[in-house]
Amino acid sequence: MATAAQRATRLGRLERPALTGVLVREVVNYSSYWKSSTFSSTVEPTIYLLAFGFGFGSLVTTIGGYDYVDFVGTGTVATAVLFSSAFPAMFGTFVKYHFQRTYDAILAAPVDTEELVTAEALWIATRAGVYGCVPMIVAMFFGLDPAWGMLTVPFIGWISGYGWACFGIAVAGYAKSIENFNYIVSAVLTPLFLLAGSFFPLDNFPEWAQVLAQFNPLHQTVVLVRHAVFGYEGWEDLARVGMLVAFGLIMWRVAIHAMLRKLVD
Amino acid sequence: MGQELAIRLRQVVKTYGPITAVAGLDLDVPMGTCVGLLGPNGAGKSTTMRLLTAQSIADEGELEVLGFRLPEESKVARAQCGVAPQLDNLDVTLTVEQNLLVFSHLYRIPRAERREAIERSLKMARLVDRRDSRVDKLSGGMRRRLLIARALVHRPRLILLDEPTVGLDPQVRQELWALIDALRSEGTTILMSTHYIEEAERLADTVLIMSHGKAVATGRPSELVLEHAGRDVLEVYGPPSRLQEVEVEAESAGLRTRRTGTSISILGVDSGNGASFDGERRPANLEDVFVLLTGEEIG
Repeated sequence: MATAAQRATRLGRLERPALTGVLVREVVNYSSYWKSSTFSSTVEPTIYLLAFGFGFGSLVTTIGGYDYVDFVGTGTVATAVLFSSAFPAMFGTFVKYHFQRTYDAILAAPVDTEELVTAEALWIATRAGVYGCVPMIVAMFFGLDPAWGMLTVPFIGWISGYGWACFGIAVAGYAKSIENFNYIVSAVLTPLFLLAGSFFPLDNFPEWAQVLAQFNPLHQTVVLVRHAVFGYEGWEDLARVGMLVAFGLIMWRVAIHAMLRKLVD
Repeated sequence: MGQELAIRLRQVVKTYGPITAVAGLDLDVPMGTCVGLLGPNGAGKSTTMRLLTAQSIADEGELEVLGFRLPEESKVARAQCGVAPQLDNLDVTLTVEQNLLVFSHLYRIPRAERREAIERSLKMARLVDRRDSRVDKLSGGMRRRLLIARALVHRPRLILLDEPTVGLDPQVRQELWALIDALRSEGTTILMSTHYIEEAERLADTVLIMSHGKAVATGRPSELVLEHAGRDVLEVYGPPSRLQEVEVEAESAGLRTRRTGTSISILGVDSGNGASFDGERRPANLEDVFVLLTGEEIG
């Protein structure tokens, strides 16, 4: 039988050493693929920025009171956050679970599913916070003026990225095969992506769509980033941050539920 | 109270929908011993292994690992356990050393001891000069040694080996046996599942034979052989039709037989009671016991 002293060492929930362990694994792995990951996370939003900037930019010079390059440059921050959080979370989780069986190895160590999911989301969110700034930096080369508020953009990207990372993990947890991702991409991510206001304002959408957009975390990210660059609007923006935090918290619990179902039988 | 137990399972049941993978299993692994979990594919060995790390949760029964109740206290138990899974789950784009580094963190080795722990594991698995090789450049045997080294990095009191040599060449298998034997002689408690009888016979102090989710026999390999298959076996060779005749004749003479594919083994011919048959006499072995107890055909 275990002694009383051993019982007292009973390990709790969300312990730092467990989170650190999973994060170390991600960081060490990242050192072997950071080039390709940085390349795609940088080039993709830049192409969007250039295509829309030059394409629409030649038709319209200002939109909703912004220069079009400024509008798209800030708008695509959310796109970059989404692309570097939801997608890697979906595919990465699925691959690590099904093909590499990494999670079996991690859960045999003193790490629980809750800690595993949390650490994975923290890591993806951090990357998303950094990669999210890329379009904004590129836009600065095309005339976007620097502003102090820009320094808060990585944090907005981080909070939003955390929710999207958990969303991706949850999708991978519930999906029976990788083909099922198509449903999520087509039916959920694409509409949310277009209803975010990254490339065009939502003012001309029917009113129901505009109301719906208020519940779109991606739209809230877009608005927050624009306000970070061009001036915050007080309480309203604080409410937006609150919404992103709520999105993150809900998705976090959903992701843990999904992965528990998958990893522990 | 008898010997301290590293693993104690009582009447453990685990079902997956209509399939009962583990059906009332009792299992004792005394501290400092090596126990072999022997059984055909589908006997419930891997499920038992998953239950021990709480990656599967039992429907019924009591489970204790290193004195900790499962699943509630599984995390503390896991901190003192090492697991080498059947399916290789190393990080293949990382080097040998990086794989060990990651697990030195996951197993919470204090910073000051990490370096030394990694070196010790590298030495144990004889991978010191391959420390900088990427895992996908290693041979199958090296990968398997690394998988075991990874399970040892935190000096666990108990190690769980799930089919440690499945799919490997005889030479590589011998290397792994030497490694497991070295662990055993250091006093590490080992639970090893295998369907290779020779492996269990060589490495295990006691063997538990599993069939359809239950223990059908348990004991020292030599005792099991004596108890279930007797001392000597007569091996009768011949064409299939002849083998069938031999089988009928032996059974009518009250002797037990088993098929080996190319011959009929007549068991328990110790006291000259198989004299009427023409065959090769050999000592009974664990394989005879295994086939007798788990059936000749696997469903």
